[in-house]
Amino acid sequence: MSAPLLQTSGLTIRFGGVTAVDQVDFTLREAELRCLIGPNGAGKSTFFKLLTGQLPPTEGHVHLRGQDISGARPHEIARQGVGIKTQVPNVFNALSVQENLWIAARHKHTPTFATELTDKILTQLRLTGIANKEVGQLAHGQRQWVEIGTVLAGEPELILLDEPAAGMTHEEVERTAELILEINKSRALIVVEHDMQFIKMIARTVTVLHQGAVLIEDDVARVLEDARVRDVYLGKGLAA
Amino acid sequence: MDLAIIVGLDVISGIASLVLISAGLAVIFGMMKIINLAHGEFLMLGAYATVLSVSAGVNIWFAMLVIAPVFVGLVGVIVERCLIQFLYGRLVDTMLATWGLSLVIVGATTMIFGNTIVGVSSPLGGFQVGAYQSSLYTPFLALMAVFLMTAVFGVMRYTRAGLIARAVMQNPEMAATLGVNPARVYMATFGAGAAMSGLAGGLLAPVAGVVPTMGAAYIAKAFITVVGGGTSLLWGLISASGLFGFINQIAAFLTTPVFGEVILFIAAVVLIRLLPTGIAGRFFKGRL
Amino acid sequence: MQILTGMKGALIGSVIAAAAIIAAPFYVDLFQIMQLTVFAAMAVLALSLGFIWGYGGILCFGQTSFFGLGAYAYAVSAINFGDSTPAILLAILVPVVFAALLGYFMIYGGISDVYLGVITLTVSLILFNLVNSTAGDFYKIGEARLGGFNGIPGVPTFNLPGNPGYILTPEQAWMVTGIALILVYLGLRVLIASSFGRIIIAIRENETRAALLGYDPRIYKLITFMIGGAIAGFAGALYVNWGAFVSPTIFALGLSAQIIIWVIIGGRGTLIGPVIGCLLLQWMVTEIGAQQALDANFILGAILIIFVLLVPKGIAPTLRDLALSRLGRGETAPPEARVKVKT
Repeated sequence: MSAPLLQTSGLTIRFGGVTAVDQVDFTLREAELRCLIGPNGAGKSTFFKLLTGQLPPTEGHVHLRGQDISGARPHEIARQGVGIKTQVPNVFNALSVQENLWIAARHKHTPTFATELTDKILTQLRLTGIANKEVGQLAHGQRQWVEIGTVLAGEPELILLDEPAAGMTHEEVERTAELILEINKSRALIVVEHDMQFIKMIARTVTVLHQGAVLIEDDVARVLEDARVRDVYLGKGLAA
Repeated sequence: MDLAIIVGLDVISGIASLVLISAGLAVIFGMMKIINLAHGEFLMLGAYATVLSVSAGVNIWFAMLVIAPVFVGLVGVIVERCLIQFLYGRLVDTMLATWGLSLVIVGATTMIFGNTIVGVSSPLGGFQVGAYQSSLYTPFLALMAVFLMTAVFGVMRYTRAGLIARAVMQNPEMAATLGVNPARVYMATFGAGAAMSGLAGGLLAPVAGVVPTMGAAYIAKAFITVVGGGTSLLWGLISASGLFGFINQIAAFLTTPVFGEVILFIAAVVLIRLLPTGIAGRFFKGRL
Repeated sequence: MQILTGMKGALIGSVIAAAAIIAAPFYVDLFQIMQLTVFAAMAVLALSLGFIWGYGGILCFGQTSFFGLGAYAYAVSAINFGDSTPAILLAILVPVVFAALLGYFMIYGGISDVYLGVITLTVSLILFNLVNSTAGDFYKIGEARLGGFNGIPGVPTFNLPGNPGYILTPEQAWMVTGIALILVYLGLRVLIASSFGRIIIAIRENETRAALLGYDPRIYKLITFMIGGAIAGFAGALYVNWGAFVSPTIFALGLSAQIIIWVIIGGRGTLIGPVIGCLLLQWMVTEIGAQQALDANFILGAILIIFVLLVPKGIAPTLRDLALSRLGRGETAPPEARVKVKT
């Protein structure tokens, strides 16, 4: 049996006395779509930072197709085919939309092909109309799309999306959901989201994080019915 | 044996002078995260204040220990009100503005006093270690360094002002929500840092050639010490002064003072490669 | 496309400037030609900082280090070889190697802007002290005595490549310096329009994002820093060629400050800005030097403060912004025109 696309074992990070991610064992198959939910402070974004090398784990390992990438630097992990849209939009503010995507596409491709790929993604995301606008001047929702486009232009095999629907209108949320399902035809994704309506639109398997640890991992319907999950979201302590 | 004592004294005096010439810079860096590029000119102003007071008939001790810090401290407060306060949150611009200020001060001093060396004679005599002669002023500087560090520690640890300063250092936004006005803290910090630089300048006056451009001779060492120490106010300064003062004096003893400085710099660059946030950032995190 | 049209304008401007440079000796007297030569050499130095700071986002306060090392490398090798061609190459190579070493420790150490500025400034201060202390017979490299604070006089100036017997006249040296300025300018324009250039601008804008796309920001910054060192070193050779003399004042704090001021008043994030800033300031300093009432440092410092407070973007971008808002264009300026004032 070949190695899964992504596997973490005992992944842990501590900041001083706080354990933000606690002994997480997580496995993602090739081309799988996984939703990651949990209340604020559950460690979702920190978990993403560990996967992308923005933070080094205190303990444990991350394996990408069997290769240990724990402690590697962000650009090394990106080159292994991991792309991320971060929670706070991380874009090149003074560059145009087109340039943002082009920089991402250029990493793997020649300038000419990068331009073609950029045009294709601009069309796919319906950003062509604002292609020459400076990203810093765009609204939050549009910046989200630009960042998603930038991630796609890098052609990663595993895409991490941290709250892709935040700040979007209802219509935009629906389009985001469609887009995610579209992307998932060829690539694996992990999506962190708060919006339960959105989760219902896209989710098959859901992992719930609570206080840095995996609370439950199951089919979406069962997870949403689970009493513990509801307790966590309503703020009741698990210990009680 | 006599030689060892003299080298030992040299090392102590090297460490002490690093503490003195860097203290004002370290206070401002620790609190405001900026490097005051007019630091050398603050030293120079302290030295001028001392020299001019002495030639006006003021007692040298009073000139060095009171007039120099008070005068330069006032200059610091004025600079903060007229310049620095408009640049909060723009770290690089703040540094550039202090660089402009440094040129303005050098230019103004040159226009007023001319580009000639003035000075005062050392108020303390010498003493003999075997065949070697040393000045009593050296142990006095060491004493002053210890006194200054103790004073900073005492103020920061045991007074209300120190508590507020520590709060702002840890988290300016949080301190602001607790009713502390960070702008006033920064003004006081800049003033206090300037006063310490003034004191150091006053203490240097008897052992340095006092000219408008004298600041440049000291800032390299002060920069290295503060960058090596990191943003912790006290322990960063003390540990970096200790380490660099030792390296500098030993290297200077084995080669020349200039090569001592070069070796000091190389040591500092290697240090920041290993500890990018300085000694304090690694070992004294969150402490004074 | 924007970049291409921008390049077209730069090319036309450069051709006109080159024609003016070649024509100048026919209209201007020798004293002024000499003056213009040193201005042009300094403008090359201004471009070096304009590039690494304005595009690479690297806050180097000690660009004089590379300028001075280039000047000394040129002087020492020109004296030893008796031929300027290898000396010019060494004037570029030595600062590049130095920039690689220093840059490695700083950039791979991951230090902040504030630290980088202070450390680079400290380097120039220490080089100043170091070279100042090299008086006496002991400090000799081959035939060349370093001479401490007296510097090295009588340095051979540029000769025709391959023909050390043919020394360029002052007019020819002016043309070489002027054309060199234009070539460095055009070279940087091409570099900025290239993939490398766009990537370093992207890294300046958002280092994290660039890394998450697979670019290693450290190597790009280091290469940028080294290119800046190379250009500054080359400017050093041009400078020595102008005066046939080099002394430690080339490392002095005052010059470090001036380079920063050129770039600040000209504008970060443009190439023409630093050149304009440099020419304006040098002309002004020369004028101030002619009178006694006001100290040059005083004026320079005041200018720096005023620009930081009131015109933080500098002249060129501010003028461009004004022109663009007049035209009412919503489109963005070409990428090489955009400035992010680093905070």
